[in-house]
Amino acid sequence: MPTHVPDIATGRLSPDEYAVNFLDIHPPLDRHQALVESDRCYFCYDAPCVKACPTSIDIPLFIRQILTDNPEGSAETILSQNILGGMCARVCPTETLCEEACVREAAEGKPVKIGLLQRYATDVLMEARGEQPFERAEPTGKRVAVVGAGPAGLAAAHRLAMHGHDVVIYDARSKAGGLNEYGIAAYKAPDDFAQKEVDFILSIGGITIEHGKAIGRDISLAELRQSYDAVFLGMGLAGVNALGLEGEDLDGVADAVDYIADLRQAADLATLPVGARIVVVGGGMTAIDVAVQSKRLGAKDVTVVYRRGQEKMGASDYEQELAQTDGVLIRHNAKPKRLVTEGGRVTGIEFEETRDEAGRLVGTGVTFQLAADTVFKAIGQTFIPAALNGSAETIALENGKIRVDDERRTTLPGVWAGGDCAATGEDLTVAAVADGRIAAESIHLALSTPFVAA
Amino acid sequence: MANLASTFAGIKSPNPFWLASAPPTDKAYNVVRAFKDGWGGVVWKTLGTDPPVVNVSGPRYGAIHSNDRRLIGLNNIELITDRPLEVNLREIKQVKRDWPDRAVVVSLMVPCEEHYWKDILAKVEETEADGVELNFGCPHGMSERGMGSSVGQVPEYIEMVARWCKQHSRMPVIVKLTPNITDIRYPARAAQAGGADAVSLINTISSIIGVDIDSFAPIPTIDGKGSHGGYCGPAVKPIALNMVAEIARDPQTRNLPISGIGGITTWRDAVEFLALGAGNVQVCTAAMTYGFRIVQEMITGLSDYMDKHGFTSVDEIVGRAVGNVTDWQYLNLNYVAKAKIDQDSCIKCGRCHIACEDTSHQAITSMVDGVRHFEVIDAECVGCNLCVSVCPVESCITMEQMIEGVDPRTGYAITDQYANWTTHPNNPMSKAFVPAEPAE
Repeated sequence: MPTHVPDIATGRLSPDEYAVNFLDIHPPLDRHQALVESDRCYFCYDAPCVKACPTSIDIPLFIRQILTDNPEGSAETILSQNILGGMCARVCPTETLCEEACVREAAEGKPVKIGLLQRYATDVLMEARGEQPFERAEPTGKRVAVVGAGPAGLAAAHRLAMHGHDVVIYDARSKAGGLNEYGIAAYKAPDDFAQKEVDFILSIGGITIEHGKAIGRDISLAELRQSYDAVFLGMGLAGVNALGLEGEDLDGVADAVDYIADLRQAADLATLPVGARIVVVGGGMTAIDVAVQSKRLGAKDVTVVYRRGQEKMGASDYEQELAQTDGVLIRHNAKPKRLVTEGGRVTGIEFEETRDEAGRLVGTGVTFQLAADTVFKAIGQTFIPAALNGSAETIALENGKIRVDDERRTTLPGVWAGGDCAATGEDLTVAAVADGRIAAESIHLALSTPFVAA
Repeated sequence: MANLASTFAGIKSPNPFWLASAPPTDKAYNVVRAFKDGWGGVVWKTLGTDPPVVNVSGPRYGAIHSNDRRLIGLNNIELITDRPLEVNLREIKQVKRDWPDRAVVVSLMVPCEEHYWKDILAKVEETEADGVELNFGCPHGMSERGMGSSVGQVPEYIEMVARWCKQHSRMPVIVKLTPNITDIRYPARAAQAGGADAVSLINTISSIIGVDIDSFAPIPTIDGKGSHGGYCGPAVKPIALNMVAEIARDPQTRNLPISGIGGITTWRDAVEFLALGAGNVQVCTAAMTYGFRIVQEMITGLSDYMDKHGFTSVDEIVGRAVGNVTDWQYLNLNYVAKAKIDQDSCIKCGRCHIACEDTSHQAITSMVDGVRHFEVIDAECVGCNLCVSVCPVESCITMEQMIEGVDPRTGYAITDQYANWTTHPNNPMSKAFVPAEPAE
């Protein structure tokens, strides 16, 4: 039996094609466009868009500041609630957040372009000043450890530094930014924006980052609790869900998040191998991101297969349309049944069609096979609690993630958590930023309140 | 297509839309282009004595924009024509000959001495123009030289010059009035007393359109300095409408023809001026913003409106609203209206609520049973119309008259009996006492 040779190749496209395919997906507004668009905002009372924003940015105010040609003041309004306002402007699914709530969506189906306006203002400020605009308070002498330099950790660190505390961030990777650096689709934050934003945030001072330090491997929670006045956990999700099928470890099956991280770190996209036929299993943003990017790297046939119906997909309508416009085929109601292998590698995958019976997913018995040079797994990531071992006390979990209260306090005294590793709800950059800021305010309050003996 | 033919102060034109005396009518080239696009007439840009005036060679205009750069107000510091008198007269004669069905009126501004007027009137008469308009309105530049609005601000001068013009010319004389005055009825009465055939108004309003907040100079800025200009455009329309109405309902001038001017941009604006007593309208800023072709929208709009209402001539519209303009003291104080929000068209922006809550009568909810909901509280609503004014959705909030029952705000029964301030018990000078009946 001949050994199967997969069609996986580098350099499928010309340099120009790579450049065009990975251009900014939402070109920024220029000043004129921003002024015209800002005029559409009605300056609503108790605005629904603000309520829909996890970081509660005062959107009508920042838009009015753009309207009056004060973009830097506008950016300060944004950044005071969300120091990662620049990245959020690029990656937020605004169509399901602020822009869905916009009254002009109700009025004419065309919301104010809040995301693009936010980007305009933050871009202007970052360009004009080069550094973040807030001043640090007098030093408090308190030290806080932050685990993870992703959106939650950076937001927490910035707010803590602003309040005068000294912060040390521990991060397992060699670069800060977390998913902004390793996970976001390349065309959403081109030109190394994630690193520029990290530098911008750190410019407040008082924040040190220790790279290559993973909790549970290089540092322990118990140690951190001992050495610091407070600890914030924002290390994200280290585990990836498995298909649970035989042959999953063979060549030809890959984790979508790993591939996206490789893509984001590739100095030259032409050196990144990509299969001709790609099958992505999953229905969330990661599934769409890996599918679209594979297509833009030159893959010929890309199919996303989701086990439930279209309405249940985690990816927003906008993301689904983007994928379909790029020529990605999305199939619904089919679950992976068996990996097809040949010569010690995966060459395809068999699915069984499903239907929803009163909320329960059942197989219909009808199967089909898709040939694949690469099968990407994009069926979710998980928190690995073992990393927190070493603490004398155990931290309580909720649905497999760290349990936190409204102020993002964990069940361990002196330990707060936020972002994807905490059980707070949505797995969005903006939600992680909100967690970080809320936790930092709670930490600040705890550190500023003198101990009162009972 | 309705018949739009117009006769104003004896001057015929195929429609009531004239271009006002201004840059668009400065020379034959522009006027011919305007006539080709359908304008019914022009008032040629103001002629003066030779040697001609000179204009600044820097910016002459400044504007107020809405935020999408829609021009809503324009200010200018341009003077009267800076071309030699002979050139203008020659072109006027040629244009009138080539376009006999269009109105060609010539605007004039010379010093307040009889011989100047006599002299220029004779020259204009030779062109066979249809009439003259006396520019007593321009508030900038020429007024410093004792002309323009500095004449229009003195009723005695208006009367004197108008009389000279009627004596020395057989042409119809229109007096163009300045709004830079306390009570527009006095200059209008003076024009009538001097024998003028009509008045036209408003000319521009003295204004500083803005200040450059970096160089601290008024706009438009000429070498670091600025001078007040004349303000026009859509923003001045309400001022013009009121002044037109004031003259139209003044017993002394109610039969004096009025050419309405001031921010007219669409056929609707024109109909409003006609309804308040203008016999025709003059347009400038709208043309300067969009070009001459806008007259086609005005013509078709007016025609369709007339057909819809069964009007067979423009004159049937003229003055229709004048009888409904009254003094505040005669407004019916027993009329009660309440705002009503159409929940189907409400987009829940909440502007009605915050406007009412912060600045008026706390009469609109923001939350009902824990849900974002905007509804008028009749017991608080005074019917002020602010919510209607700030609502971004047209017709979402309407003012509904209460025709029966009890006004929950006052506790008084609704009555169809008319009662105004002159008879109100709170009026120390009331002539009678007609109390509204309290509810049973």
